[in-house]
Amino acid sequence: MKAFLFSLVALIVISVGANQLLVEIGPSSADASTSAQNVRLSD
Amino acid sequence: MLRLMTLIALLWTLAVPVTAQEATDTSRAATGGAQTLEDILRRQEGQVIDDSFRSDLTGNPDLAAPTTEQLGTLGGASDPDLWRAFRYSTADITTQDRGPATKTLIQDGGMWWLLFREGPLLKMAAYLLGGTVLALALFYLIRGRIKIDGEKTGRTITRFKAFERFGHWLLATSFLILGLTGLISLIGRKVLIPAFGHDAFSFLAIGSKWVHNNVSWAFIVALFIIFFVWVVHNIPDRTDLHWLSKAGGLLGGSHPPAKKFNAGQKMIFWAVIILGGSISVSGISLLFPFEFNMFGHTFSTLNSWGVPGWFGMTELPYPLQPQEEMQYAQLWHAIVSLVLTAIIFAHIYLGSVGMEGAFDAMGKGEVEEQWAREHHSIWAAEVLEAKSSKSETS
Repeated sequence: MKAFLFSLVALIVISVGANQLLVEIGPSSADASTSAQNVRLSD
Repeated sequence: MLRLMTLIALLWTLAVPVTAQEATDTSRAATGGAQTLEDILRRQEGQVIDDSFRSDLTGNPDLAAPTTEQLGTLGGASDPDLWRAFRYSTADITTQDRGPATKTLIQDGGMWWLLFREGPLLKMAAYLLGGTVLALALFYLIRGRIKIDGEKTGRTITRFKAFERFGHWLLATSFLILGLTGLISLIGRKVLIPAFGHDAFSFLAIGSKWVHNNVSWAFIVALFIIFFVWVVHNIPDRTDLHWLSKAGGLLGGSHPPAKKFNAGQKMIFWAVIILGGSISVSGISLLFPFEFNMFGHTFSTLNSWGVPGWFGMTELPYPLQPQEEMQYAQLWHAIVSLVLTAIIFAHIYLGSVGMEGAFDAMGKGEVEEQWAREHHSIWAAEVLEAKSSKSETS
């Protein structure tokens, strides 16, 4: 069952690592579908 | 007399609406170009209607009186004209936000997607997954556990090396986690919120979204591992035809010969690679919304080939608004995932309770020699021959 346990460790490492990497790089699905905070309300 | 007069008056008043209804002209000309009763009925049944009478009615600034004149207006489009232009994405919108979907202010397709997602899709999920579990339970009751027929030797041979098992378990655990968290997202609003309330579901939904988004990378990595490690053994050949003709031993009683993977396992392998690959691509498109579009171009190509006509369907929608791309990606992601989950249920059954000795292949990597001879006779003969020639030379 060593292979299974290693796969669990790898799963956690890949998941947390991918999250950290994406947070670091900065793409955000929220930013892609919502407007910026400084909305201009009038001319 | 008074009663008679009252009765006649009553009948007359009731009769007028009936005759009026019969005389109603349902043509578009009679409605001044607006939608007809037929249009409304078709729309309620979800059928396509020619709504150009509405989509084209977005005003005409060229016909507007100049603002310098007495009856001059600030343009040739009324508010309803403007809203219609928003709805059909024909308005000339300028926005300071440069996001990919920021110019779509109203999106009709969203309702169709929402209704399908909360209705037929959930039913399909319940029937497919529930039906598969029931079918497997029924198969178990009829066929029972597939046992090793011959006498066990007590000797084992190596079926899968550590790296192969690592790749398999990484794929398996990530798939199960993704399946569970995906189902939580899919059935949350319809099933879990009514059952547990908004607060509890909010906690669950935020957690499962984080897990689903990030564990997906482990699934993709594992998909590459098992592809490169096993693709050589999964190329279809003649032994598969024989194996399939005997239904893997279910027909005729004896075990048909098979190499490292039999035809059934090859089918599982390619299903995982193709469906898993498609789930991964659609998942990435959902993870990075609006970055790349999978469906608009595909629909356009299928339309140009006339594919929808082969099935008596009208043309597939094109062009798609950015949100529609995401909606189709979500449906595709969910449907393909459900199909793959049903297949994996069968795989889990056969690899555990369904067959004696099968779990050892992935659990320990070693299988009983007799099991190998029965289920993978060609592969077992090759391995045993290599083993004996190695011991002879040493």
